[in-house]
This record gives sequence, C-alpha cells and structure tokens, in this order.
Amino acid sequence: MSTTNDTKSENWTTIIRPHSGWFDIHLAEIWRYRDLILLFARRDFVSVYKQTILGPFWFLLQPLLTTLVFTVIFGRVAKIPTDGLPHLLFYMSGIVTWQYFSNCLTKTSDTFVSNAHIFGKVYFPRLTVPVSIVIINLLTFAIQFVLFLSLMGFFYLKSSSIHPNKWILLTPILLLQMAALGLGSGILVSSLTTKYRDMTFVLGFGVQLWMYATPIVYPMSQIPEKWQWLYSLNPMAAIVETFRYAFLGAGTIRPLQLGISLGITLLILIAGILLFNRIEKTFMDTV
Amino acid sequence: MSDIVIKVEELSKQYRLGTINHGTLHQDLQSWWARLRGREDPNSIISLHHPAGNGGDNERFWALKDISFQVKQGELLGIIGRNGAGKSTLLKILSSVTAPSSGVVKIKGRVASLLEVGTGFHPELTGRENIFLNGAIFGMRKEEIKRNLDEIIAFADIEKFINTPVKRYSSGMYVRLAFAVAAHLEPEILIVDEVLAVGDIQFQKKCLGKMENVSKTGKTVLFVSHNMEAISTLCKKGIILADAKIAYQGSMEEAVSMYKKSMLNASLSVENSVNRGGAGGAKITDVWLSNESKEKTDNIAPDKPLRLNLKAEIEPAYQSSKNLTVGFGIDSFEGRRLFTGVSSWKNKEITTKGKRLEVSCQLPFIPLIPGKYLLSASISYQMDTLDYVGHCGLFEVTDDESSFHSPRSRDHGDITLKYIFEYRAYDN
Repeated sequence: MSTTNDTKSENWTTIIRPHSGWFDIHLAEIWRYRDLILLFARRDFVSVYKQTILGPFWFLLQPLLTTLVFTVIFGRVAKIPTDGLPHLLFYMSGIVTWQYFSNCLTKTSDTFVSNAHIFGKVYFPRLTVPVSIVIINLLTFAIQFVLFLSLMGFFYLKSSSIHPNKWILLTPILLLQMAALGLGSGILVSSLTTKYRDMTFVLGFGVQLWMYATPIVYPMSQIPEKWQWLYSLNPMAAIVETFRYAFLGAGTIRPLQLGISLGITLLILIAGILLFNRIEKTFMDTV
Repeated sequence: MSDIVIKVEELSKQYRLGTINHGTLHQDLQSWWARLRGREDPNSIISLHHPAGNGGDNERFWALKDISFQVKQGELLGIIGRNGAGKSTLLKILSSVTAPSSGVVKIKGRVASLLEVGTGFHPELTGRENIFLNGAIFGMRKEEIKRNLDEIIAFADIEKFINTPVKRYSSGMYVRLAFAVAAHLEPEILIVDEVLAVGDIQFQKKCLGKMENVSKTGKTVLFVSHNMEAISTLCKKGIILADAKIAYQGSMEEAVSMYKKSMLNASLSVENSVNRGGAGGAKITDVWLSNESKEKTDNIAPDKPLRLNLKAEIEPAYQSSKNLTVGFGIDSFEGRRLFTGVSSWKNKEITTKGKRLEVSCQLPFIPLIPGKYLLSASISYQMDTLDYVGHCGLFEVTDDESSFHSPRSRDHGDITLKYIFEYRAYDN
C-alpha cells in the first residue's frame, strides 16, 4: 500500500496511510519479488500444459491455422497484395508478432478481476501478476517464432524472394516494445474493468479492430500517403512492418514512425502503471 | 528508542455502498446525462431511510472507527469480537491489502499475514511447487524457502505426498501444508486470522505451539480467533472489537470474560454465529432446538425430551455415500463446554445421499439448571471439519418448579439430577 520507507525520526519500516499521490510507486519492490514473477509464470505454463490435451501444440496450431485462413481469404479470394512476398510468410510474420502483443494485452487485462480473491488476502506488488503474464507469453512467442523461422528457412531455400537484413538486430527491441505496449494497455484496461465491467466486451472487438488497423493482412504500402500520419498513431503498425522488413526484406521502414511508435508506447506504459498503481490501493473495496 | 513495533493511530475505514460504483459504463453515462439535465439519477439506490433517495451518508458504513493501539516487540496480542465487528478489516489494513480511510499505521519490520490458509495454492501444482509459490507470495526469496523446505514438509507431515498435486490432498493436508509455509516465513510480525478452526486438534495444538515459539524469539504475533481457550492460553494482551470500535483493551483474561458477558444481549443464528470455520464441503444452514412435538423452541423444561437439530447443504464432492460425523455442543453462557454429542461416538453412521442433510440428536431430558445456554454444531469427514458454527443459538432452560423458595445460583452447580427427597420427622 502506501508504504513509505524510513521515516527518519522513528525508524518505521512501513507506514500505512489512506491516500497517496499518483506517483507513489515502488518499482524497486517488484524487483524484490522477482522470484514470485517467475513462479507465477511457471504456474501459468504448467496449468495450461496440464489442462489441455494438446498442450503446447496449441501454440503451433493456432498461428498455422490462422495463416492458412488468411492466405485463403485475403490472399486468394480478396487478392490483397503482399509486397511480392510469399503469402504464407507474409501473413505468418504478421500473425506471430500480433499474437504476442494481443496475448499480452488480453491476458493482462483481467488482472484485477481474476485475481480478486488472492489480492484480497495477501499483499504483494500487484504488478508482478501482469509482468509474469508478459514473460510467459514470451515463451509462447518463442515457440511460434521458431515455427515462423522454419517456414522462412523453407522458403529461403526454395526461392530467393526473401531478404533478411541488418534490421533483424532490432528484433529484441521490437519485442520489448510489444511487451511494454501490451502490458501498458492491458493494465490500463484491467484498471478500468474494476470500475466498468463492460470494458471486457469493448476489449474483445477493440483488439479485433486494432488488428485491422495494423498491417497484418495487408502491407503498409497500401495506405495512401496522405493518411500515413494517422496510421503512425498506431504504435503496432511500425512494429509489425519493421519486423516483416527485417526478416523478409519487403515493406517500408520509416524511422520517424518507429520513433512515434516508441513514444506512444512509453506514454501508454506510464499511464498504465500510474492508473494500475492508483487502483490497486482501492479496488479491494469495490469488488 | 521505544520497542513499539506497531502503532495504530485513529484508524478508520469507511465502506461505501451503492451509488458510487455503477459497474457499467452505460449506467455511468446514464447518470451523467441525468445530472446534466438536472433530473434524478435513474441509478441511485433508493434508500429506506431517505425515500427521496439522494444517496447520502446512509450509503456508507464504518467498518472501523478511530482505532488506536500499540503493540510492543515480542508481544502476543489477541483480538476478539463478533463477526462483522471489524476484525477482518483491521487485519486487512495491517497487512496492506486495503488502505484505511483515515488514520495512520506505523510498522517496524516485515509483516507476514495469514488471513486465509493456502492463498494462491494452485491445484495442479505439487505440494513442493506450491510451497515455493505460496512462500513467494508472502514475500520469501527462493533461497529462504529452500533453506526451510525440509522443515516445512516435516511440520506439515506430508513427506509422502510432497510430489503429488494438491488437488488430491484432503482438506486437512491442505491446511497443514499452508500453515506450515506461513509458520516458517520468518517475519518480524506475524498476523494470523482464524485459521485454526480447521484441521485436527493435534495439529491445532502444534500451530499454537509454533506461534508461541515465534513470539519467544522476539517476534510479534497478532492473533484473531473465536477460540477463547486457544486465545487466552496464547495471548497475554487482548483487544475486543465491537461495532467498529475498541470496546476493551488490556489483559486477555479480562477481555475474554468481558466478551462472554457481552454475548448475553446478542441474537445468535447460523449466519450471525460467534465463530465459524471449516474446510468446506458442507454448509450448515440451520441449527435449532425442538421439543417433544418437534416444534422449534428456545425454551426447554429440564425434564422434557428435546432434540438438537441441524440442516446442511452438502457439496457435490461429499454427496454420494460419504460417512459424515455430526456433532452438537452445549456451552454454558460463560463459554465452558458442558456437553458434546458426536454421532460417531454412538456408532451412528450418517451417510450422505444428495445435497441435503438433516440430523437430529435426541435427549430424553436435559439435566441443566435453569439459565441460558449456547448451542454449537459441526459436520466433519474423517479428520477434517467441513463446517463448524460455534455459538449459533441461544436457549433457555426454564424452571418447571413454580414454587421454589430459594433461587439457585451458579454456585450450586451446572447440572441437576433427578432426585426425590424423603424425610421422616420424629420425636424420640
């Protein structure tokens, strides 16, 4: 809670007070609870693994099937261009990156509601829960990424239409940015759901719409130049497009757009942490 | 420097009910639109006290009001009070789960609070994995847990099942493991809520012993319980909470006796019982006394037959042919146990079938002197208490002898036996 370390005069370690400011945040505390973050991640992984028949195979099946569906619908039927890339690779690169972000977003978005019971009984930094979710999703991403890489390898050997380049070095940063964006918007939504339960429904189609505002089923080059500025406001657009360019060598990289994307990501993350921190102190009384 | 480790100053907690939180955006927009047009908010809760329904102070209530106390290092403080007196809220604030509305709490040292056993246990994980998870939730580092692992397992007495998922544990094992983790937390301050109501007597004693040891090493323990016996053995200092305020603060002994007296004016029921606990699996919904003609009553003549009854809802896990044990207890008004009747002592098997259970215990007469008595009931399965309601009913044994000259007092004993006087008066 509103714990303030050391009040000089009397050596109190913890002071519990009714209200605290927006900026009374203890990020250092989260580091102290790093074991808990990993254990939460482990717990979530084990429970998924034990409770489903196919276990981690779902993680492969899902992007594979989605890629096939997109290839048929958007590639074959709608005939949306793919910047000259093989359809399968084009869609899968988008899906794999988008999946990571949207998983982070949706799975962290019910932090408060789904952990209400445990939050009501014991105190630990609440942020450990969404952070652990972002980490465990990294594992899912890794599995899907390997799938993407093998498909890429297959196409690389077969034809020379793909050109991986030095932008690949940016991958960890892109990943980190997606994690930050997913976490930031996820905890923003989870904070709002404590007050407005219908945010959950908004989120459902919100994520859907967001996906269509991101170059997943079409390349960024399809967006008319005069609307590119608006498009830049979607931080995911630059991430997906850059990722695709780095590994496949087709598309557009706009450093300015990447910069804007990074700025918006930080803004959302900070807003999320502030609101989350605010809500975690009072939400037990509203649930 | 003083050795005070917890300082609570004018602590209050107010909960708001009703209009503050609509829950859906749609309703919030509706309210906002109504306010904008100067109309009455369609979502405000119409109160019985203020039919105008403008949602004022009547929507708030104080769970705690101006609580102040101090705890010294190494002290064992017992907190007692009826359900709803504010005990849980106080513990929640002390353990940082919720923030107070006003006032300050100052704490020196690491706090571990055991408000519930097995918080965060995951059924799919093994006992060992849950020890690590649960320990980490309480703020322990991995190395700390590793250091204490063997001790925790030994204390919980579950060596054989440590690699079994906890979903296969009996509720007793579950509680033992959970308490074992908490008991080895090594905090400076340990806060324990009513967690000993479950588990067998032997393990309860072990826990009490552990808590006593904890305090001997200079650690401070705050203990909330309805078990007057346990709390008065363990704690020296006591606090009674009543209606969000501290009703008494001083020695535990005095607190316990005052608390028992206060029960005189209480209206008791299963929902409004003094003490409730259990691992779950069955839920006692009603406990009552009936007379010969099976009518509900709370006035009993000592020489008339009577029945102690309970109704319970059984959860699916126990619905098919489980042998349950039902017990009834009668306590003196001071809380001293006078009688316990347990079905298994009479070799009566109570086998479940479906989700409802009604049990009654017949007594041909009740050999108690006139006065007020308290009723308790429990349902257990093997060694585990599924549900226990302590002091959930009050009844009076009336005096059928309308013409007695010297009124009896407690000094004359608690029970009355059938007796007949004979005499012979003679001269010479």
